[in-house]
Amino acid sequence: MVFQHFNLLASRTVQDNVELPLEILGVSGRDRARKALDLLDLVGLSDKAKAYPGQLSGGQKQRVGIARALAGDPKVLLSDEATSALDPETTRSVLQLLRDLNQQLGLTVLLITHEMDVVKTVCDSAALMRRGRVVESGTVRELLATPGSELAHELFPVGGTASGPDSTVVDVTFHGEAAGRPVISQLSRTYNIDISILGAAMDTVGGNQIGRMRIELPGRFEENVVPIGFLREQGLQAVVVEPEAPAVPVRTSAPLTKEAVK
Amino acid sequence: MTWSEMQPLLTQGTVDTLYMVLWSALVTVLAGLPLGVLLVLTDKGGLLANTPVNKVIGVIVNIGRSLPFIILLIALIPFTTWVVGTFIGPTAMIVPLAVGAIPFFARLVETAIREVDHGLVEAVQSMGGSIPTIVRKVLLPQALPSLVSGVTTTVIVLIGYSAMAGAVGGEGLGSKAVTYGFQRFDNQFMLVTVVLLVVIVTVVQLIGDGAVRLLARRGRTTT
Repeated sequence: MVFQHFNLLASRTVQDNVELPLEILGVSGRDRARKALDLLDLVGLSDKAKAYPGQLSGGQKQRVGIARALAGDPKVLLSDEATSALDPETTRSVLQLLRDLNQQLGLTVLLITHEMDVVKTVCDSAALMRRGRVVESGTVRELLATPGSELAHELFPVGGTASGPDSTVVDVTFHGEAAGRPVISQLSRTYNIDISILGAAMDTVGGNQIGRMRIELPGRFEENVVPIGFLREQGLQAVVVEPEAPAVPVRTSAPLTKEAVK
Repeated sequence: MTWSEMQPLLTQGTVDTLYMVLWSALVTVLAGLPLGVLLVLTDKGGLLANTPVNKVIGVIVNIGRSLPFIILLIALIPFTTWVVGTFIGPTAMIVPLAVGAIPFFARLVETAIREVDHGLVEAVQSMGGSIPTIVRKVLLPQALPSLVSGVTTTVIVLIGYSAMAGAVGGEGLGSKAVTYGFQRFDNQFMLVTVVLLVVIVTVVQLIGDGAVRLLARRGRTTT
């Protein structure tokens, strides 16, 4: 288990901190030291073995925390808001480490976070928890494909309202190969309409471009059935946003997001 | 009284005082430490939450804390006689001194242990650590600097108590001060005794502070 506030023992050196779970497991002295040094090497801190936690930066402390959590050879690494106390750059490097561990050791990482960037950066699948219950779950792609998914909206927030009553607002979700094609410009040329982009959130997840965009088409919904059909034909998901009933539900409480890298 | 007359009295007094204080401090630490740890563990929300046990220990500690030492000293005479065989002399005084200081030290231990970040306890629990492991590997080492400064404070309190013990049949600097300084109004002797006590207390405090600094240097707290 990896903790938000590291929870390292200030009175022990880095190496002794990593050895602690092994002491509890009853591993002998020499094996403990060897394993601890191997793990510190794995997280890139072999030169800090004799330092005390008080002498390390936040990111380094969290690496020690990860090394300690790995000492017992777990099948699942539970990371409880492990990056929430770190700055963005350190967060990235710690997440990269978790991703590497996931791929090199075949270790499942269960990540609890409220930072959507973390989800986008490392997670294969995500679950949203609210009031102790899993509200939504699935791979990031599946979630995006689900109309009205709260998690998809959290991951790729799009905003903006219609400029006037005589227009149609559509949320378009890009995923898979359709994301690579210039769909919007095709739509504009094919039907000779002006499209304004109200909001967009695009990102590259696992090498694929993925994202959501909120566009405004001139004219009422009835006049835009054909262009919207075109978008759907292209393999995109298009949801018309009703002005009186927004597709985006109003949030009452901050959701806790649970994430899993498989 | 000349200096050469004073010297053997002072030497004997100092030796007796240190003898009483050090032995009673040892007993106090040995008994007060588990008591203090138990106070934290059995408290509501603690690892061994047990309200009746906690209340009983709390009441005993509070009784010990609320009695003025000189009264405790006299009240304990039968107990002291039962343990040591006599209630006079430095060895006998170790008993009331320890009994008086144990509750005091137990409270200091309790405060020190409570200051240990609960996250650390949680971390060791997540590794499968048992309660004795948590106490040995987390609570005590993490609280060590505070515990050491608690021992320093306790030793100094014991030096004060030992002077009172001197008035009621104990030996040591207190008894010498009563005999020569009070009963004979020998101001010079009294002055030397005062200086000596100040020096002893200062030395104890310096040693304690040095030890705390040494321990604290190993690393600032992690948050």
